[in-house]
Amino acid sequence: MIRQSNLRVEHAIYRQVVGAGDYWMHTLQTGETLRILDLEGNQAADTLFFNGDDPTERYSVADTVREQGNIYLTAGSCLLSNACRPMLTITADTVGRHDTLGGACAAESNTVRYALEKKSMHSCRDSFLLAVAENEHFGLTKRDITHNINFFMNVPVTPSGCLTFEDGLSAPGKYVEMLAEMNLIVLISNCPQLNNPCNAYNPTPIEVLIWSKEN
Amino acid sequence: MTEHVYTDTLSQAKHWSFVLRRNTRLGLTNVSGDANVGMLFYNPTNLLERYCAPDTLKCQHTFKLTTGHCLYSDMGRIFCSIVADTAGWHDTVGGNTTKAHVAAKWGASDYQHDRNEWRRNGHDCFLIEAAKYGLGRRDLAANVNWFSKVSAAVDGSLHFDRPSQNPGARVELRFEMDTLVLMHTCPHPLDPSPTYPQSSISFEILSGPAASPDDFYRQSSAENARGFENNRIFHAGCC
Repeated sequence: MIRQSNLRVEHAIYRQVVGAGDYWMHTLQTGETLRILDLEGNQAADTLFFNGDDPTERYSVADTVREQGNIYLTAGSCLLSNACRPMLTITADTVGRHDTLGGACAAESNTVRYALEKKSMHSCRDSFLLAVAENEHFGLTKRDITHNINFFMNVPVTPSGCLTFEDGLSAPGKYVEMLAEMNLIVLISNCPQLNNPCNAYNPTPIEVLIWSKEN
Repeated sequence: MTEHVYTDTLSQAKHWSFVLRRNTRLGLTNVSGDANVGMLFYNPTNLLERYCAPDTLKCQHTFKLTTGHCLYSDMGRIFCSIVADTAGWHDTVGGNTTKAHVAAKWGASDYQHDRNEWRRNGHDCFLIEAAKYGLGRRDLAANVNWFSKVSAAVDGSLHFDRPSQNPGARVELRFEMDTLVLMHTCPHPLDPSPTYPQSSISFEILSGPAASPDDFYRQSSAENARGFENNRIFHAGCC
């Protein structure tokens, strides 16, 4: 569902461009709003959420899609934790559909999907693992790196049970915005994938913006 | 030829776990037809390597699991191949029931009143089995739900098909590496049954030959051929 935001960029309390292949790890307080902006179009923002007060509670793909009865995320979707509690609500979306089934790319899954020789190419899971290693104060390890959201990715499922990767619905300037329902740790890998035609084999930067709850 | 090693049953809402060695097979039979079997997989020598539903789905371009599919770890290796299946569609995105789900849908149940017939939930069952190996909720992720069909319409909406249409359905897994298996027989969280399903499964463990070079599953796709090659390198002691 396409829904525009009422928030004004000049009122954001935080803005950061994240280059392709980099990670962004940041806290978000209850009531704050996070926007992820697709600067050049059809980029994938692989995203994980953790409860900032107890990181063993985290975003759960299974609980989220089951409880909303739909595999796609868009405006109105409530992102649930592994305790089935609301973590965030998507409040605006100019893309219309985001994937949460395809997971993140990893060196090892690249060997299966593309070629054994691809194992040394940079991947989202490498970014996730470096992020938790460089931010030890959050207490996260590989145990906590599980199924993520792929904002801006379009991964349709057919009624007969096939999973397909289609060209993205996103475009330069499109964004998704979500309200934090609890204190959060947000971990984004701005996907470095060079093997995926969805991004025209050219990963590009995203921008993250935060608004305080007063906005 | 495969040889029978062991047969057992698991009644409704129970849990169990075991390590299955490479080349053993696990057969599951849905006796009454309305059972669901939740299952998770780990590498017993490195518990940080675990079943990865997203990799399993995207490497094989599928949303359902059935004969010919392999179940992947998050390290690019194949835990097991589905070598027989009379159900045709198994779910790996629906997750588990929780205590709150069960109470809301089928009524609260406790040991004091119901003893071992209590209506347990899949999440707690996984926590108990996981704890036997030093694992906790951080280690749980999307599981397989054998015998439950969850499909998605064009608009993405999810639909649950009652598994009772297929009593006696059987699925057989051939393990391609040593694997820790956690399982429970709690209902699927989307099961619309008005009463808590009272169903049991039987399971059998078989020994059998390794996948041959021209094995059907090895050749089922270029992706699975590379997955089997990752297993071969692993067993050769190279990583």
